[in-house]
Amino acid sequence: MNSEAKSHYHILPLRTYITVAGALMVLTVVTVAVSFVNLGGWNAVTAVFIAAVKASLVALFFMHLKYDKKINAVVFLMAILFLAIFLSFTFFDILSRGDIYSEVEKSIKGKAVIYDTMPFDSKSAGHDDSLTVENNEP
Amino acid sequence: MNTMPEKHYLNEKRGWKSWLFTLDHKRIGILYLYGIMAAFLVGGVFAMLVRLELLHPGRDLMDAKTYNQFFTLHGAVMIFLFIIPSIPAALGNFVLPQMLGAKDVAFPKLNLASWYIYVVGALVAIYSIYAGGVDTGWTFYTPYSTTTSTSVVAMTLGAFILGFSSIFTGLNFIVTIHKMRAPGMTWFKMPLFIWGLYATAIIQVMATPVLGITLLLLIMERVLAVGIFDPAMGGDPVLFQHFFWFYSHPAVYIMILPGMGIISELIATFSQKKIFGYKAIAFSSLAIAFISFLVWGHHMFVSGQSQLASMIFSFLTFLVGIPSGIKVFNWVATMYKGIIRFDTPMLYALAFLFLFTIGGLTGIFLGTLATDVHLHDTYFVVAHFHYVMMGGTVMAFLGGIHFWWPKMWGRMFNKKWALLSWLLIFIGFNMTFFTQFILGTKGMPRRYYNYLDQYQPLHAFSSYGSWVLGLGFLIMAVYLFYSIKRGPVAGNNPWGSLTFEWKSSSPPPVANFETEPILKHGPYDYDKIIPERTYS
Repeated sequence: MNSEAKSHYHILPLRTYITVAGALMVLTVVTVAVSFVNLGGWNAVTAVFIAAVKASLVALFFMHLKYDKKINAVVFLMAILFLAIFLSFTFFDILSRGDIYSEVEKSIKGKAVIYDTMPFDSKSAGHDDSLTVENNEP
Repeated sequence: MNTMPEKHYLNEKRGWKSWLFTLDHKRIGILYLYGIMAAFLVGGVFAMLVRLELLHPGRDLMDAKTYNQFFTLHGAVMIFLFIIPSIPAALGNFVLPQMLGAKDVAFPKLNLASWYIYVVGALVAIYSIYAGGVDTGWTFYTPYSTTTSTSVVAMTLGAFILGFSSIFTGLNFIVTIHKMRAPGMTWFKMPLFIWGLYATAIIQVMATPVLGITLLLLIMERVLAVGIFDPAMGGDPVLFQHFFWFYSHPAVYIMILPGMGIISELIATFSQKKIFGYKAIAFSSLAIAFISFLVWGHHMFVSGQSQLASMIFSFLTFLVGIPSGIKVFNWVATMYKGIIRFDTPMLYALAFLFLFTIGGLTGIFLGTLATDVHLHDTYFVVAHFHYVMMGGTVMAFLGGIHFWWPKMWGRMFNKKWALLSWLLIFIGFNMTFFTQFILGTKGMPRRYYNYLDQYQPLHAFSSYGSWVLGLGFLIMAVYLFYSIKRGPVAGNNPWGSLTFEWKSSSPPPVANFETEPILKHGPYDYDKIIPERTYS
C-alpha cells in the first residue's frame, strides 16, 4: 500500500518548483521584450514557441507529467501536434496570401494582407486596379 | 419458438424516473435515439419546406428571409442535433459495451450527463428560433454572422453546448475501449464497428474544442466587438473559416466513420463470410481520422485563401480517397462468394456502397482546384455532401437501426413494409439529389431563394423526389413503432451474427450478460463457426 501511495503522490523538492517558476518569469519577460522587435512572419512563431515552452514546463513539473505514465505524455503531445498543425497550415495561407496573383501578374499584397494597411481603408477593400499599382510602386 | 426473457433492461425498472435517472448505457442510447429522431423529424420538415418553396421560381410559400432561416435551421439541426450524435451517441451507446462484452461504459454518470447536455444544447438552439431565427447558413461565416440582426448568439451557444456532449461521449468511448474489453478480446479481435467508433472518438476529443473556441470567438466578436474577424480592427474574416473548418471538416468524418463501421458489420453478417482485409479496414479508419485534420482548406478555395495554401490542401484532399477506397474494395471483396442474404439491414448496406461511392467520387471533382472554382457554392456541392451524409451516414444509420432493432426491443419489424420503405427512400433520394448534380453543373447557386426559369423542371423533379423520400420515412416510422409492442418475437440472434451482443438475450438483461463472456472466436469467423439464426 505504502509503495503504491508513493507512486501516486510524487513529491518534488521545493527548489524545483521555485526554479520552474523562475524560468516562467524569465520567459514572460522574453515574450514582452521580443514583442518590441519586428520579426515579420516570425513574430507569431516566436510568441507561440515561447508560450509552448512555458505550457510544457507547467505540464511537466507543476502537473507532474514528467513523472507520470508515458501514455499521458503521448496524449499531451497529440494535443500539441494538432495545435501545431492548425497554426502552421493557417499560416501557409496568411503569410503567403499576396504572393502569387498570376492572372494580373502583380502582387496584391498591399491589399490582401490586412496587417499592412492599418487602419483599414474602406476604399481599398475591393480589388481596384488603380490602387494596386499605387501600392506596389516603391 | 422464440420467447422473450422475463426480466430485461426495459422492464427491470419502470416509470419515467427510472429513465431520466438511468445510468444504463442501453437506456441512455434509447434516450438519445428519441432525441435524434425528433431532431431528424424537425430537420426533415424544414428540408421539405425548403424543397416546396423551390418548386417554382419566386414566392411559393414563404418570403426570402424565412427561406434563409429554414435552410439554416435545416443544416444546423441536421448536423448538430441529428447526424453528429446519431450513430455514436445512440447506436454506439447501445451497442459498444455489449460488443466489448462489458457491463457498461467506463463512466456511466458522464454518459447520462452528456445526454442532458445534449438536451440543454438542443433547447438553446430551439430558443434561437423564437428569438428571431438564424439566416447565416449552418457555417456562420463572418462577416455576415457578426453583422446580421438574427439570433446568431443563441444558435452558436447551442452548438457550443452540444460540443461538450460530443466530447463526453468520445472520452467515454476511448476509455471503455481501452479498459473494458472482455477477456480474450485483443485489439484485432474487436468488431470493426468499435474501430470506427474509436477513430470517431479521437476526432471528437481532438477537434470539438476548436469548434467551441471558434463559436466563443464569434460570440465575443458580436457581443464585445473584439475584432478578431473584423478587418477594420486588424482582424481577418477568412481566419474564421480556418477556425470553423478545422473542426467541421473532421466533423464530417465524425459523421461518416461510425457509419463505415456499421457497414463492415452488416456486410460480413449478411454475407456469412469472414471480412476481407480486417486490419486494412481498421487502420484505414485511423488513417481517415488523421488525414481529416489536414484538409480543411478545401472548403476555402475561393475565399481569398492564398494559392500556396490551396495547392497544399488540394493535394492532401486527394489522400482521403486512399483509405476510403480501401474500405469500399474490402467490402465488395467480402461479398465475393459469400452467402448473401438481402435482409433489410443488408439492403441499406448496399445502398450505402452505391451512394457513398458516388458521393466520394464527386468529392474528387470538388477537391480539384480548377473545377472547384466553377462548382463551388453550386448545387453540385449540395448534392455531393447529401450523397456522402445522407447516402452514406444516414443509410448506414438506418441499416444499423434495422440490424439492432430486434436486440433493442426483442421484436422484429415487418420486412415487407421495410422493403417498400427502403425502395422509396432509395428512389426518392436519387430523384432529389442526383438532379442537383445536374443543376449544379448548369450553374444553379446553392442557398438561392429565386432562380431562372430554365432551372425549373430540374428543381421541380428534385422536389417531387423529396416527397417520395418523405413517404418512405413515414412508412418506416409507422412499422418501426408498431413493431415495438406488436412485432413477432425476434429471438436472441435473428441475423446469425458472431459478435458478442447477439450472445445475450433480446432484449438484453440490465448487466448485458448473465455471466462474464469470454471471447472464443473472432467477430467474423464464419469460416469456422456457423451461428444459429433464431428468426427467419
